[in-house]
Amino acid sequence: MNTNITSVSQTHSGTEAAKMPEQHYLNAGYDLKSWLLTTDHKRIAVLYFILITFFFFVGGLFAALIRLELVTPKGDLLTADVYNRVFTAHGAVMIFLFLIPSIPATFGNFLIPLMIGARDLAFPRLNLLSWYVYALSSILFVTVVLLGGVDTGWTFYAPLSTSFANGYVVLTIVAAFFAGFSSIFTGINFIATIHKMRAPGMTWFRLPLYVWGHYATSLIIILGTPVVAIALILIAVERVFRIGIFDPALGGDPILFQHLFWFYSHPAVYIMVLPGMGVISEVIGCFSRKRVFGYKFIAFSSMAIALVGFLVWGHHMYVSGQSVYAGMVFSLITYVVAIPSAIKVFNWTATMYKGTIYLQTPMIYALSFIGLFIIGGITGVVLASMAADVHLHDTYFVVAHFHYVMVGSAVTAYLAAVHFWWPKITGRMYSEFFGKLAAIITFIGFNLTFLPQFVVGYLGMPRRYYDYSFAPEWQIWHAASTLGSTVLAVGFALPVFYLTYSLIYGEIAGQNPWGAKGLEWEEASSPPAKFNFDKMPIVNQEAYAYDTPARGQTHFRGVTSRESLSIPPTSAETSHI
Amino acid sequence: MFDLDIPFFPEQASTIAVLTDVFTFGVIGLGLIIGIIVVILMISFVVRYNHDTTADRTNPVDEHTTLELTWSFIPLVLVLSIFVWSANIYYNLYNPPSNAINMYVIGKQWMWKIQHPDGQREVNTLHMPVNQPIKLTMTSEDVIHSFYVPAFRIKQDVLPGRFTVMWFEATQTGEHLLLCAEFCGTEHSFMVGKVIVMEPDEYEKWLREGQTALGANAAAPAGQTISGDALFTQKGCVTCHKIDGTQGLGPNLKAVGTQVELDTGDKVDYNEEYMRESMINPQAKIAKGFSNIMPTYQGQLSEEEIILLIEYVKLLNGGK
Repeated sequence: MNTNITSVSQTHSGTEAAKMPEQHYLNAGYDLKSWLLTTDHKRIAVLYFILITFFFFVGGLFAALIRLELVTPKGDLLTADVYNRVFTAHGAVMIFLFLIPSIPATFGNFLIPLMIGARDLAFPRLNLLSWYVYALSSILFVTVVLLGGVDTGWTFYAPLSTSFANGYVVLTIVAAFFAGFSSIFTGINFIATIHKMRAPGMTWFRLPLYVWGHYATSLIIILGTPVVAIALILIAVERVFRIGIFDPALGGDPILFQHLFWFYSHPAVYIMVLPGMGVISEVIGCFSRKRVFGYKFIAFSSMAIALVGFLVWGHHMYVSGQSVYAGMVFSLITYVVAIPSAIKVFNWTATMYKGTIYLQTPMIYALSFIGLFIIGGITGVVLASMAADVHLHDTYFVVAHFHYVMVGSAVTAYLAAVHFWWPKITGRMYSEFFGKLAAIITFIGFNLTFLPQFVVGYLGMPRRYYDYSFAPEWQIWHAASTLGSTVLAVGFALPVFYLTYSLIYGEIAGQNPWGAKGLEWEEASSPPAKFNFDKMPIVNQEAYAYDTPARGQTHFRGVTSRESLSIPPTSAETSHI
Repeated sequence: MFDLDIPFFPEQASTIAVLTDVFTFGVIGLGLIIGIIVVILMISFVVRYNHDTTADRTNPVDEHTTLELTWSFIPLVLVLSIFVWSANIYYNLYNPPSNAINMYVIGKQWMWKIQHPDGQREVNTLHMPVNQPIKLTMTSEDVIHSFYVPAFRIKQDVLPGRFTVMWFEATQTGEHLLLCAEFCGTEHSFMVGKVIVMEPDEYEKWLREGQTALGANAAAPAGQTISGDALFTQKGCVTCHKIDGTQGLGPNLKAVGTQVELDTGDKVDYNEEYMRESMINPQAKIAKGFSNIMPTYQGQLSEEEIILLIEYVKLLNGGK
């Protein structure tokens, strides 16, 4: 085996500066119509990116209010009703408007056709429609918040939501319903595209693992979302027409709602995290310059998580009054679904063995993801255990756990994706210094925010309490958490500035600034052309074939002075296969 | 500003608390061992195989089925062992010992109403003897609540329209927090009370003196205004359900065993849940040999009245 091979692929063509391509999707039209009526998957991804980023910060604002209220044991900043509306809005906005569409609707949209060598998604108009439906849903959510909000929690548990809550429950349900349809459209599009539009030679087992992650996610979306849509409609029906479905006073069964709700809402966690795992596979492979270890195990683990993940919903209901035996079955299956997640972590770690590791910004985010996901996973196994969950259910221990999964993992992966593909999407590089700084601040701030919540949760602090004056000694943990959240906020805000700055002043990225493998880097310009590729790409390699040089033009910046002295720069042409 | 005694760990005040803690920290410990090994490996790889080192990179591997199966199989064995351990604790949580004292809990927005076996009632406090299993039969008048005592490590949702049951045995006297853990509307964070664990003789004394003597319970509603037997006559139960040994249109409630045979041939336990269901939804399970003629009492009986009637019928059967 040639030890130099990995180095050769780090082709550094320092002699010729990177140039913007003359024609690309961003300059294919500047008027509003060319954006709002576009069917280009890349432009739709950008449209999504803008709205999703906005709602991430809206949701963050609600989180800030929650953390501020909890600094003191007495409920003194907000009233009880306002607090209840704030945490409902935080959960609903973050889940329906940010986390579920986050990676699929932006990076999935942008990258799947590029990665498999297609000109666009299978149904470009459906794709545009999904954005409009999402936008409609977001307008409805904003309307609800402006009208005064809703106080059922994002879980809409009956009979609280059907017979007792004030607020705009039905309008919120309609908004969630539309958000669901938007993601169903995206899911259908991805499945059709991945099945039918792969370039010649792009076999299933040559697909990037990121695409496998999206395939699994899309299956969950189209199988699960209709169920929650119906459950929410039934809530509205009971609330408006007083037809007894869930409220026992009307002859209904409140546990039924919980079954229907979690049948989707547990797999929804995998909708949030599977694409993120795909991102991590891409980033770890690229910045280790090595084929991802155990490709098939990672690919099949995504499918296993998607399918088995449908059979674990009852672990949200150990103390709900469901049968003890049902609880045991759900617990057993939940443990089983932990295995494919563990497999992924072990495989990513093994990928780095004998790799050539570059600690650039996306890689820092990816390593931070693995660390946080491990903590989310361990506490997940704790909560999957009935014995522990009886104590910990509905406490801050659960809150901390799912933030480790949804923020520590899903959002960190999202940020890894933003930093990895930013040069591809915009054609510009951002400041590596600020990128790393933000990644490290986010990691520290995140742990400062959520580690204390494990402790206060074990002490017994329930979720959704805005006043804990009965136990003022818990204050120190809440104060620590709030302090951490300000650090976290800095970590999340920084990219807004240096990424925006990079749009205008950033260095021109060039086609392949990371020296990465994959059609989107090797065959498409940065930013890509309107129809992605000049000619139909032919695939004759496995994914992550980092032992062969990258095709196309590489402007890799990670080479240190020592290496650039010892390795003569190879021109892009000679490395072309 | 801050209390300098930083709390790290909740009090262990029930028999189950120790089991839960040992289990939970056992699982966390096990997870951390694996997690820390992975993190150490990751860091060592990042340092050793950093791009500007000259580490040995010959013969890289990207596939290794034996390794994959090993690190799939070992965690699987671990989690299955954890499952057995956890299931064992959980199963006991839902099987009250036969000597447990039964108390009733009614949750409503936003208070806990508690009724002792002898009829004493209190609000947001639960007096109980130490070292004695207590079984709670619980229901709600409105939304879902959840009865949570962190010091006991137990929690059970309290549902409208049916009974749920939990049990525990306190090992320490004193006051423990009682919280509502399921979001139940505006004043959710004020649906808070106390469990007061007493020596058995003190508890007996407290029961005898009744709640009026204890200032702390002044908030409780006045003592019960109607007894179970009066209610049994007043609501017309006695018309069909004879209690003098003669046969009426409905089953004789005095001679019920521990199980009831249904017209479908099935047998169900004759317990609080069945009695409750028979008042609210009498068509659901018809006793063998009787016809489906009883009207529903939904909306005509409050949760408190249902409990009084259940206790009365149990008294007819010798208090069981």
